[in-house]
Amino acid sequence: MKQETVLLDFEKPLFNISKQIHELEKQVEHNGNKNIIENLKEQYESVKNQIYKNLTPLDKVKISRHAQRPHPLDYIKLMSNTWYELHGDRSGKDDRAIVGGIIEIEGIAVMIIGTQKGTNMKENQKRNFGMPSPEGYKKALRLFYHAEKFNMPIITLIDTPGAYPGLEAESHNQSLAIAMNLRELAGLKVPVISVVTGEGGSGGALAIGVANKILMLEHSIYSVISPEGCAAILWRTKDKASDAASSLKITAEDLYNLGIVDEVIPEPFGGAHYNPEEASKNLLNAIKKYLKELQKLSPEQIRKQRQEKFRQMGRFIEA
Amino acid sequence: MGLKDFFKNRRLKKVKLKKPPISYNGQGHDLKQAPKISDDELCALWVKCQGCNELLYLSTLKKNNSICKHCDFHHRLSAEERIELITDYGTFLSINDNIIPDDPLKFTDVKPYKKRLEDAQKTTKTKEAIVTGIGNINGYIAGVASMEFQFIGGSMGSVVGEKLTRLVEVAIKKRLPLIIVSSSGGARMHEGILSLMQMAKTSSALKDFHEANLLYISILTEPTFGGVTASFAMLGDIIIAEPRARIGFAGRRVIEETIRQKLPKEFQTAEYLLENGQIDMIVHRNGLKNTLSDLLRLHLTNHNNATSKDVFKQISKEHLLIKI
Repeated sequence: MKQETVLLDFEKPLFNISKQIHELEKQVEHNGNKNIIENLKEQYESVKNQIYKNLTPLDKVKISRHAQRPHPLDYIKLMSNTWYELHGDRSGKDDRAIVGGIIEIEGIAVMIIGTQKGTNMKENQKRNFGMPSPEGYKKALRLFYHAEKFNMPIITLIDTPGAYPGLEAESHNQSLAIAMNLRELAGLKVPVISVVTGEGGSGGALAIGVANKILMLEHSIYSVISPEGCAAILWRTKDKASDAASSLKITAEDLYNLGIVDEVIPEPFGGAHYNPEEASKNLLNAIKKYLKELQKLSPEQIRKQRQEKFRQMGRFIEA
Repeated sequence: MGLKDFFKNRRLKKVKLKKPPISYNGQGHDLKQAPKISDDELCALWVKCQGCNELLYLSTLKKNNSICKHCDFHHRLSAEERIELITDYGTFLSINDNIIPDDPLKFTDVKPYKKRLEDAQKTTKTKEAIVTGIGNINGYIAGVASMEFQFIGGSMGSVVGEKLTRLVEVAIKKRLPLIIVSSSGGARMHEGILSLMQMAKTSSALKDFHEANLLYISILTEPTFGGVTASFAMLGDIIIAEPRARIGFAGRRVIEETIRQKLPKEFQTAEYLLENGQIDMIVHRNGLKNTLSDLLRLHLTNHNNATSKDVFKQISKEHLLIKI
């Protein structure tokens, strides 16, 4: 049986209506009044429409973190029948917060790497809530090199609160692990396409995000710091997370307008978790489109295009 | 009020004696004029050491490169003081000072970003959190960058990223070694994603620099954190830290909140990083310049590329005349 979708706090009006519908559906066997249910269902859709027309940036943050939102492994399985996961950094650890392996898209072998959150507590413990350790980034780097060696395009799926801020992560040099990925990704001669599918958390996300094309799912976010973290530092209270979320410009639409993101991929109504199949279909179509475009370039051109893209980023005044 | 309190009050007013500038000629710095010293500043002659709480006579402290004579604590240097420390007198040529910050997101927290920038420019007398240029270190020419922590926590926004990237590009073109002194809290939140992308931009430039077989010495000073550590600061061929400097990715408080336990005192200090194999050496500030010039010399003598040696000599001679 299909699991019921968990509603977020701003979707509360929907909860009341759906509860009434359920109650009436139970009663309907007795008095046969179907009209009320139909009306309510219409009302449900129109209220939902209204809610989703007026989403605030903080609402989007909540959608991007929705526990039932599809994660990279879900998309991978929906996009391709061939999937060989590759494990480990080759020097002591397999960080489960980063998953990577080879899939097949239209007859081409593609390296796909993502940050993976869990759907329940047990899986989240295993995946460290999608927060990679230095070993995870080293595993990603190993797979980047592998892809380059065998001329495979690289796709990265980003869904992480950020790199793990822990004692062991620091003593194993989290900073260098991220910095190395930034530098080495910049120099690769195979196409790299990054898609933010959920939460794009700062340096931890960028470490697999230096790409020729940066795409975002409609309800995903990408930010230099979490709105809560920003509010705690600048406003000195976490309650101002909503203000911080608006100020930071973190939604897919904002980032598209800023020229950072190449395309915003539409999601099914209400978010990818309402219809993962449709979301993955849209994702796959966008990936195919950009793969086709990038494959026209020579290896040198691919590297140049990527470096040029990041060279242009930044806004300043030249007096 | 005791004598200690009296000086503490003075210090809290945050007035500092300014040393007359000696080596800048960039357009962005109005440092040609010797500053006038007010009565307030004249009284602020004493500071308390952050390491041992001893009272220190400010001008003696400054003469000793801001190192406490009692406990050897290295106090923070401004970008300008740092440049004076490591480059030869009068040889530093500051470049790209005409790049100044914008407010792309129209960011406002409790204070508008524009206002923050203006305040920072006023207190630090610099346009941004970094000074870049070319200078001689005991006669060896190098591209030099120095970060200004007093400028919004030395945070990296678009300007810091751009100035650094341009310096790296100049260094590649002129085949110069590169020395970057970091002191930063990380990426600048007020420029949002654009700040984050500076991590990728600077690292991408360093990829080209790395492939050009040129030497990059990264110097980490108190404090170096976040997006700066996780990009250019950790990518040095040789990484030097100052004694007791705090260096890391995530802040101490964030880690303590995450793992829910107290961290050891020495965690994230230069000594801790050396112990954990993350940096090459800790160098006392008084020996920094000689260490740098020695390293530059050692990497120059064994350089296989003969032409690069010639370029080096040639640029060394005419270097103050370079137009960039």
